[in-house]
Amino acid sequence: MNFEDIKLLLVEKFGGVIIGEETGGLQPALVIEPNYIAEVCLELRNNPKTYFDFLSSVTGVDYGVELSRFGVIYHLASIPYQTQLTLKISKENNRDLNELPIFPSITSVYRTADWHEREAYDLAGIFFEGHPDLRRILLPDDWEGFPLRKDYKTAEYYKGIKID
Amino acid sequence: MNIANPIYSAALENYNQKIASAATEDMVLNMGPQHPSTHGVLRLELITDGEIVKEVIPHIGYLHRCFEKHAESLTYQQTIPFTDRLDYLASMNNSHAFVMGVERMLGIDKDIPKRVEYIRVLVCELNRIGSHLIAIGTYGIDIGAFTPFLWCFRDREHIMGMLEWASGSRMLYNYIWVGGLFYDLPVGFEERCREFVDYFKPKMKELNELLTDNQVFINRTANIGILPLDVAINYGCSGPMLRGSGLKWDLRRIDNYSVYPELEFDVPTGKGEMGTAGDCWDRYKVRVDEIEQSLKMIEQCLDRLQKELKRTPDFDPRSKMPRKTIPKAQDYYVRCEGAKGELGFYFMCDGKSEIPTRVKARAPSFNNLSVLPEIAKGVMIADLIAIVGSIDFVLGEVDR
Repeated sequence: MNFEDIKLLLVEKFGGVIIGEETGGLQPALVIEPNYIAEVCLELRNNPKTYFDFLSSVTGVDYGVELSRFGVIYHLASIPYQTQLTLKISKENNRDLNELPIFPSITSVYRTADWHEREAYDLAGIFFEGHPDLRRILLPDDWEGFPLRKDYKTAEYYKGIKID
Repeated sequence: MNIANPIYSAALENYNQKIASAATEDMVLNMGPQHPSTHGVLRLELITDGEIVKEVIPHIGYLHRCFEKHAESLTYQQTIPFTDRLDYLASMNNSHAFVMGVERMLGIDKDIPKRVEYIRVLVCELNRIGSHLIAIGTYGIDIGAFTPFLWCFRDREHIMGMLEWASGSRMLYNYIWVGGLFYDLPVGFEERCREFVDYFKPKMKELNELLTDNQVFINRTANIGILPLDVAINYGCSGPMLRGSGLKWDLRRIDNYSVYPELEFDVPTGKGEMGTAGDCWDRYKVRVDEIEQSLKMIEQCLDRLQKELKRTPDFDPRSKMPRKTIPKAQDYYVRCEGAKGELGFYFMCDGKSEIPTRVKARAPSFNNLSVLPEIAKGVMIADLIAIVGSIDFVLGEVDR
């Protein structure tokens, strides 16, 4: 199934779930309405015509200070059909550390997302609703701030120890 | 700057609660981060009932240096040494993947001279053998066999020496560059490489006799840590891990990148010869078989490099190197078969600068390790060592 067919299939099933597409580069991407991402992934995985059973990666992105927009990018792959698909979701956020951008978790569809979402939470500060165990994964539990945010200031001290 | 919102710390409190209540009922045991059988600085927190492991909670990040943050402040060419440090046992494969992605974004991947591509594949496959030799050797030592470890390191030393000859460094090569290579192969490399292949083939037979078909080794690994195929796919396992579960999935064949379509090789899979498909022995065997296939590929590369793609005095491996590495504004995800599995890099470029706005490394070991809590439920502690060893992860890549 090619990109256009997948688009039609999703529109038929969910209606206006696709809110945009990016076809400028080498790999086309679908922009999905953030609240539907888990349903869309489940459909893409279970539908015998698409069968995207392998989640390659989940990337949490900070789109820059001026845009105040956060996004998550999913790279799906289908083992039987040997195809790939990119899904994107994004949301505006005011960068308040008490109001992280919240997206639905897709852990129930792909277990790969478990650690990848923890990583996105840890480094980019994106919260995933419905994740079973959303702790920091690479950084210590008491680390402050999210290093992959564009406005992150390098920590000078960690527990009173100066970081060189 | 304290984060007050309680929903962000709920998971941490749940975890603390679980450990606290487990400490009264069962025993909480820390394996690592200094234990040698965890292959680096991995800490596994085990909740055990006597000798039975009820739950495994991996703690990673001891080697974290935020590769992705570094990559956001360096140009593509400058990032290549950092990719070497991801999977430091197979550095060539990492830089190959990274460079391939940048070249495709620049649109110069078709102009790369054939000789350069063959040299890349040659060094990648040499490095893959080195990586698998470490996997096999350390797996033996995990289970109590000391000799294979020494044999593997002895043979790996030849590979290290050759790659040092080519690149100037033993482990972190920085040899494959965007648009070409650091330098052509040194004079006499092909002959030396052929000598190594001839020397190494009988050594593999010896190793098989010593370890692969060893009854003690089989008893320790067969039927242990069975990873069913559907679980493997759902957890994003790749490489020998996925092939050990019986699926013929090798990106060198699926994506046909570089010159792999011109090379002849098989994709070994686990068949459950000694027990059940997807057990530790199968994963181990896939690596042994892959060494043979890599040797086959190396011979074919050498044939081409010594005949139709012979070295010429005017050959310049840097001739196609771009003056400015500024790809068009786009996102691109490149994947290729690293030594441990699907190695991916995701780039976001704004089309204006030589520095990407975001780079994400999809490390195969990271995903392969995440399946450990699932397959290690209810095993004995001694078997857990066997399972951890059979996953063959590199912490440099898990923690990035």
